Amino acid sequence: MTVEVAKHIELGLTDSEFELICEKLGRQPNDVELAMFSLLWSEHCAYKHSRKLLRRLPTEGERVVMGPGENAGAVDIGNGHAIAFKVESHNHPSAVEPFQGAATGVGGILRDVFALGARPIAVLDSLRFGELDSLRSRHLLDGAVRGIGHYGNSIGVPNVGGEIYFEAPYEHNCLVNAMCVGIAETKDMVRAAAAGVGNAVVLMGASTGRDGIGGASVLASAELGDGDEAKRPTVQIGDPFEESKVLECCLELLGKGLLVSLQDLGAAGLTSSAAEMASAGGMGIDLDVAKVPLREADMEPFEIVVSESQERMLGVVEPAKVAEVLAVCEKWQTGGAEIGTITDSGQVRVLRDGELVGEMPVEALVDGCPLYDLDPAEPDGWIYGNRATLDPGTSAEETLLALLASPSIASKRWAFEQYDSVVGSRTVRRPESAEAAVLQIPEAGNAIAVSIDGSGRRVACDPYAGTIEAVLECAQNLACVGAEPLGLTNCLNFGNPEKPTPAWQLDRAVSGLADACTALGVPVVGGNVSLYNEGPEGPIYPTPVVGMVGELPDPTRACGNAFAKEGDAIALLGPFSPSLAGSELTKLRGELEMGLPQPDIAAVVAACAAVRDAVRAGKLSSVRDVSDGGLACALAESAIAGRVGCSVDVQPLRARGCSPEEALFGEASGGFLLSGDRAELEAIGAVTIGKTGGTTIEIAAGDRSFTVGLAGVESAWRSLTV
Amino acid sequence: MIWGVLQFPGSCDERDALHACELSGGEARLIWHEERGLEGIDAVVVPGGFSYGDYLRAGAIARFSPAMEAVAEFAAGGGPVLGICNGFQVLCEAALLPGALLLNERMRFVCRQLDLIAVDGPETGHIDTIAARRPALSIPAKHGEGRYWAPDEVLDEIEARGQVAYRYAPGQNPNGSARDIAGVRNEAGNVLGLMPHPEHAVDPLTGSTDGLRIFEAVAAAGVAA
Repeated sequence: MTVEVAKHIELGLTDSEFELICEKLGRQPNDVELAMFSLLWSEHCAYKHSRKLLRRLPTEGERVVMGPGENAGAVDIGNGHAIAFKVESHNHPSAVEPFQGAATGVGGILRDVFALGARPIAVLDSLRFGELDSLRSRHLLDGAVRGIGHYGNSIGVPNVGGEIYFEAPYEHNCLVNAMCVGIAETKDMVRAAAAGVGNAVVLMGASTGRDGIGGASVLASAELGDGDEAKRPTVQIGDPFEESKVLECCLELLGKGLLVSLQDLGAAGLTSSAAEMASAGGMGIDLDVAKVPLREADMEPFEIVVSESQERMLGVVEPAKVAEVLAVCEKWQTGGAEIGTITDSGQVRVLRDGELVGEMPVEALVDGCPLYDLDPAEPDGWIYGNRATLDPGTSAEETLLALLASPSIASKRWAFEQYDSVVGSRTVRRPESAEAAVLQIPEAGNAIAVSIDGSGRRVACDPYAGTIEAVLECAQNLACVGAEPLGLTNCLNFGNPEKPTPAWQLDRAVSGLADACTALGVPVVGGNVSLYNEGPEGPIYPTPVVGMVGELPDPTRACGNAFAKEGDAIALLGPFSPSLAGSELTKLRGELEMGLPQPDIAAVVAACAAVRDAVRAGKLSSVRDVSDGGLACALAESAIAGRVGCSVDVQPLRARGCSPEEALFGEASGGFLLSGDRAELEAIGAVTIGKTGGTTIEIAAGDRSFTVGLAGVESAWRSLTV
Repeated sequence: MIWGVLQFPGSCDERDALHACELSGGEARLIWHEERGLEGIDAVVVPGGFSYGDYLRAGAIARFSPAMEAVAEFAAGGGPVLGICNGFQVLCEAALLPGALLLNERMRFVCRQLDLIAVDGPETGHIDTIAARRPALSIPAKHGEGRYWAPDEVLDEIEARGQVAYRYAPGQNPNGSARDIAGVRNEAGNVLGLMPHPEHAVDPLTGSTDGLRIFEAVAAAGVAA
C-alpha cells in the first residue's frame, strides 16, 4: 500500500483522488491505469480548478459552427466556409527548453485545427518573458522565437501577428501561447466523437517514443522550481516535416470521406485522445499497445499510452476503408497502423497482444475527476514588487524615448522577421502594418482579421477590468481594419489556483471575460487553461490571452496604421480618458499599485462600430488603437511607419480632466487615433487634435510640451535586438 | 503553355507557385515527386519549402527524387526551369546551377520584402531576365539558408559568362550572399534559380506584382522552346 501511495503522489494525484479512483474501479488501479488516471485527472486535462468558472462564459451564437469541447472552435464566414481557431499554451515546456517547447506548442495547435478538417492558414503568438536585462530571459526569448519560426516556417503556415511583453514576474515562468487559424468547407468538417461499434481505430503519423512522458501532469500541472532540468525528458521534440506529411495525409483522407472522426494526440497522448473520443461519442474503445509503432522496442504499456510523442493523429475508420486509409498514409510517407476498435462497452481497455493490461470506465476517466471550488481572497495590495528605471523628473521628450525603447513597446521586427508571414498568398496586412492581421479568403469572397492581446500587468492591477480591456483591445484592433468580431478563443495563464491570490485573480478575470464577451456579443468558441505558472518568487502576472477572429467584406479597404501623407488631420475617437494606473510609464517609474479605472464597455463597443463603418467606407488614411505608452507612443508609431511627422495639441484630453502627463502617456481602453480628411473625421464624431507633416513630432501639452525629431524617435523604437 | 510545379513531401509554396503560373498565363499542374515523366510540360517550377524536411542539407535529398531526374533531362533538352528558394537549393545540389546556399550570415531565418536588380546577360533563346527588369523588383525573401556561395574563381567565371541573373539592391543583402547574388542561371540560360519568392509578388493586395514579370519571362522561354 505505501508503495502505491508514494506513486500516485509522485504522479500528481491527491490521496482523496486516489481513493476515489479505487472506489470507481472497485479495486486498486494497476500501473497502466494509475498512469492514465493521473494524466486525465491532471489540471491540464480535467480543468478541475477552472471548469466551474468557465461555465460563466457565453459560448453560443448564430455564427458558431463548433464550440468548446471540440479540438478547436469554428465560426461561419459565409459561402459554405468556416474558420477554425484556437489558442493554447506551451509555457512550462518552453521554460525548461525554449526551442522545442515553443516549436511543439505550434505543432500542437496546428494539429488541433486540422483535426477539424481545416487547413491551417495562419499562426499568431503571444509571448511573455522576464525583463530583457536578464540573461535567462534573453535565452528563453531567443529559443522560443527560433522554435516558433522553425516549426511554422517549415510547415508552410504564415505567422501573421502576435505580441511580446517583458515583465519581471515571468522571469522563471515564461509564457508561450500559440494560436492557429484554419479554413474549411463547413460540410467537410469532422468532430472528435468516436462512432460506430466495430469501427477501426487508426494511429497515424510519427511513431511512439519515450519523449514527453508525464508532460501534462508532472510538468504542466505543477509549479516550476529547482531541478527543472531533470524535467527535460518530459519535454517533447518536434518534427515539422512529419507534421507536414500527416497534415496533408489527414486533409486528403477527410477530402475523400475516409474518416468517421479525427483527433490529435496532445497532452497525455493516446490516453487522452482515446478516452475523450470514446467519451464524446458515448462509446468504449479497445487499444492494443502491441500494434503501436514504437521508436524503442522495449517500451512498457504504461509508457506507450501516456507518451506525448508529437505529430500523431487518431482516426476512426469503417473496417472496409482501412486499407484505403493506410494507402494514403503510405503515399504521404507517414505512419498508419490499426491499433484498436470502437466498442459499446463504455470502457477503455488496454491490451498487449490481446492480453488485458488495463480496463477503466470511460466516464470515470474523463468525467470522474472531482471539480474543485476555489478559495479566492483579494490580496491586501500590490504583491509583485516594483523596480524604478526612469526618474519621475525626466523630461517629456526623454520619457517618450524611454517608453519607445522599452522592450514591451519597441518594434518586434527582430522577432517577426524570423517568421514567414507571406506563405499561402493570403496575407493582406503584414505584421506591424495594421492593428490586426488581415487574410484574404477568396473561397468565401471576403477576408478575415485576427488579433491576439492581453496585458498581464494591467490584469494584475485589476483582474476584472484588465481582462475586459484585453477583450476590448482585440475588438478595437479588428475595428481598425474594418472587421466585425465573430468569435473568441482564450488562454488563461495564471498561478497556482490552490492559493488564494491566484484563485481570486482567476475568478475575477473569468467574470471580466464573460461580461466583455456578452456585451460585445462575441461567443467564446474554445480555449485553454494554464495554471500553476509560478516561480520561486511567486505567481506570474495573471495573463488571460485573448484571440479574436473577425470578418471584413473587402480586404482592399483594410486600413493601415501609418500616417499616409502630409496635411492629414489627426483625431481621437472613442471614450478615451487615460490614466497612469497600470501604465508602462508607471512601471518604469516603479510605482505600480492595485487599481484600474473601469472601462465603459458599451461606449467602446459603439466606438468600434463607428471606426469599422468608417474603415469599410474608405474614409480614413490611418487608424490605430491607443494602447501601451499612451497617445504619445501611438503618434510616434504612426509617424515612424508613415515616415511623416505630426503636430498635435492634447487639449481635448485636458478637457476630459487629464493632466498633461496622463494625456501624453496615460493608458485606457477605448481610444482610436485616426488620420484623414478633417471633415470626414469630425463627421463620425472624432475630435481633431492636430495634423500630419514635417520631420518632427510636436506635442502641445501644457508644461509638458515638447518637439522631438522623427529620426531619434525611430532609432529608440527600433532598438530591440537580442 | 503548360507549367509543371514539383511537389515534394515538405514543399510549402507549391500552391502559391501554381497560382502564380496560372496568373502569368497558361495552365499549371502539380508534379508529384515520384513522377518520372514531364510529358507535355513547357516549363518547370521547383518550388520553395523544406523538401523531405531539408534533412541532411537543404535540397540534398530532393535532388535524388524521380521527378528531379526528369527535370535534369528536361533542362538538358533546353526546357526552362525556375527554382525558387528551396528549389534553388535543389538545383544547386543537382549541379544544374553553380554554387551553393549556406546558412544565413546571422544564422537566423529572415522574412523581408526587398528589391532585386536584374543583371545584364544573354538575351536570346533563354529566360530573358532583362525583360523582367524595372528599376528594381520588389519581392519578398524568406529563408534560413540563402547565403549564395561559390569559390572566388567560380564567381568570377559566372559573372564573366553573364550567369548572375539578380542581385539584392545595394544595402539590402539579407543573408550575406557573395557579391549580393540573389539569383543565377546555368550556362545555357534556361535554368534560373533565385532565393526571393516571385510567387509571393503577384497580387497588389498582398504586396506587389513584380514577381509576375519573372514568371512571364519563364513562360516566354517555354513557348520559344
